[in-house]
Amino acid sequence: MITSAFGVLFDGFAYGMLLFLLSVGLSVTLGMMNFVNLAHCTFGMIGGYVTVTLMNNLGWPFLATLPLAFAAAAIASVAFERTMFRRLYRASDLDQCLLTIGLVFVSVAAAAWFYGTIQQPVNLPSYLRGSFTLVGVTLGVYRLFLIGMSLVVLLALVLALEYTRFGMQVRAAVDNQRMARGLGINVDGAFAITFALGSGLAGLGGALAIDIVGLDPSFALAYLVYVLIVVSVGGLGSIGGSFAAATLLGISDTAGKYYFPQIGSFLIYLVMVGLLLWRPTGLFGRR
Amino acid sequence: MHASFTALATIAAAVLTAVSAHAQQPVKIGVVMSFSGQFADPGAQIDNGIKLYMKQNGDTVAGRKIELIRKDSGGVAPDVAKRLSQEVIVRDGAEILAGYDLTPNALAAADVSAQAKKFMVNMNAATSVITTKSPYMVRTSFTVFQLNEALGAWAYRNGVRKVYTLVSDFGPGHDGEAAFHKGFKDAGGEIIGQARYPVANLDFTAFLQRAKDANPDGIYIWVPGGPQPAAIGKAIAERGIDKSKVKIMGQGELTYEDALKSMGDAGLGLITAFHYDYYHQSAKNKAFVQAYNAEFKRNPDMFSAGGYDGMHVIYEALKKTGGKTDGDALVAAAKGMAWESPRGMMSIDPETRDVIQTVYIRRVEKVGGALVNVEFDKIDNVKDPWKARMPK
Repeated sequence: MITSAFGVLFDGFAYGMLLFLLSVGLSVTLGMMNFVNLAHCTFGMIGGYVTVTLMNNLGWPFLATLPLAFAAAAIASVAFERTMFRRLYRASDLDQCLLTIGLVFVSVAAAAWFYGTIQQPVNLPSYLRGSFTLVGVTLGVYRLFLIGMSLVVLLALVLALEYTRFGMQVRAAVDNQRMARGLGINVDGAFAITFALGSGLAGLGGALAIDIVGLDPSFALAYLVYVLIVVSVGGLGSIGGSFAAATLLGISDTAGKYYFPQIGSFLIYLVMVGLLLWRPTGLFGRR
Repeated sequence: MHASFTALATIAAAVLTAVSAHAQQPVKIGVVMSFSGQFADPGAQIDNGIKLYMKQNGDTVAGRKIELIRKDSGGVAPDVAKRLSQEVIVRDGAEILAGYDLTPNALAAADVSAQAKKFMVNMNAATSVITTKSPYMVRTSFTVFQLNEALGAWAYRNGVRKVYTLVSDFGPGHDGEAAFHKGFKDAGGEIIGQARYPVANLDFTAFLQRAKDANPDGIYIWVPGGPQPAAIGKAIAERGIDKSKVKIMGQGELTYEDALKSMGDAGLGLITAFHYDYYHQSAKNKAFVQAYNAEFKRNPDMFSAGGYDGMHVIYEALKKTGGKTDGDALVAAAKGMAWESPRGMMSIDPETRDVIQTVYIRRVEKVGGALVNVEFDKIDNVKDPWKARMPK
């Protein structure tokens, strides 16, 4: 009983970390610029396809593809931001939704065109596969790796935002954009970099997700719901909030499926409704 | 008098012209299935099967040219499938309906076939009830009950006593569950736990951990194609479920070609029941796969087999009727038809017009560095058990 509970906690935490990587970028950009980017998971998908292409066509090792997945998603997002998104910063939420959801559909069709609708195979190196048993709990090696990666990302993000000059500018821009501009902070520049960073993290998340959930053109849509749940429950613009929300949702989702398989898949939504009734702006939200 | 004679002569001439034109007129076949959307790939494979059959056997049967009219139902859309089937008959003059990849679409089009009295070849949709909806329909794919009830009985015969079942929470998944339970429990087995996972589920760890903790000696899984088979295969390996002690069983989709590629060695040892695989060892299938590879640069799958054998039924039935295309004659010609297909011996049940075929039990093994489904047991001449139980 106790061991199975630990197992559920571990698996749920690992799943939550995947959600965290995929959603943290959206949380920051939404909080900062109020831009509703429903195409966020498209960048995750770009990262996934970069990893698959490098591994299967060029024979790169899995770990070496991860930085490229990050970079490719980041560069693609800047291109999108410069050419399309920036025109709609002052537009209504609906306009932003329409543009970005349209991009999602375009990206789904484009991925199907280039890669087909089939599943993309990814074969992890043997040291990331399998599992080992620790006092009765089965721990997947890859999940452990996932947790490690996410904690490193979390730490790097927190340090960068709390202790660097750039981080201060970003926080100032999130808190009060007009004042930040008035003080001479280059809000647009800070936003572009943050946007690239957030999308890059989604790309990394997409690459890491393949082994657990697979990759096909529907990726950009399939994850959108989960990412939006994490962002709304965590509170806009809060990294800690995204982390807490992702952890909570990952664990409740896994626990629900383990203990109450009949209704398990609803639990994640019940948790969301409950939390939002309690705190409508999210766990750490201010607006 | 004179006027009416002229009219009569004109009509007679017209009838004569029609009759003589009849011999040269093409047989139009309306092929209704998904050529776009989520199910575009299965649609393409069915179509490849059709194309290959026509390439190998020519496009003229009993003196009449075969002409295909392809209509795209674009996914699960019974209303669209029904409308297209009507259109293709009324407007384009199709005399035979074929294709039908999805159950709701096939059910909707069955009405059209029944009312217009048109021969209909269901090349894929696998729910048992479909063929009862039109007396002019035959099926060349399989039924979920056919495969999974056979698998349930096989499991008990091979020493499995306690099974946990895990199925996708929608129609075909429920059918798979019911069929396996029926076959396994009738043989004497015990279902010690069961769960249905949501259709859009992504992470399977929790479900499989629960299955493992129930301590079964077999786990039955029903999963549609797409991304889930690979996710399940990997999760089974990651949970450390020992396949030498716990038999993991499912319908063939669990180990289809792309799924095995994504699973890698995690897929080794999975047991599935299916009616066709490109790795099936027979001279007929080797030639089929070779021709298919040359033509389409990929391996055939169950969809291709459904399309290929569906065309075979149409060709042979037309030969028997001498090119006549009325529904009664064609369906009578198709009833009881038996032939060797790439999948092995198969036939059309004269009573139910459904497919009778061999169910192969396969295990995933590594042959020459690649993972394939190796057949190690088979059950011959399996009928759809669901219809056998129906009151006559």
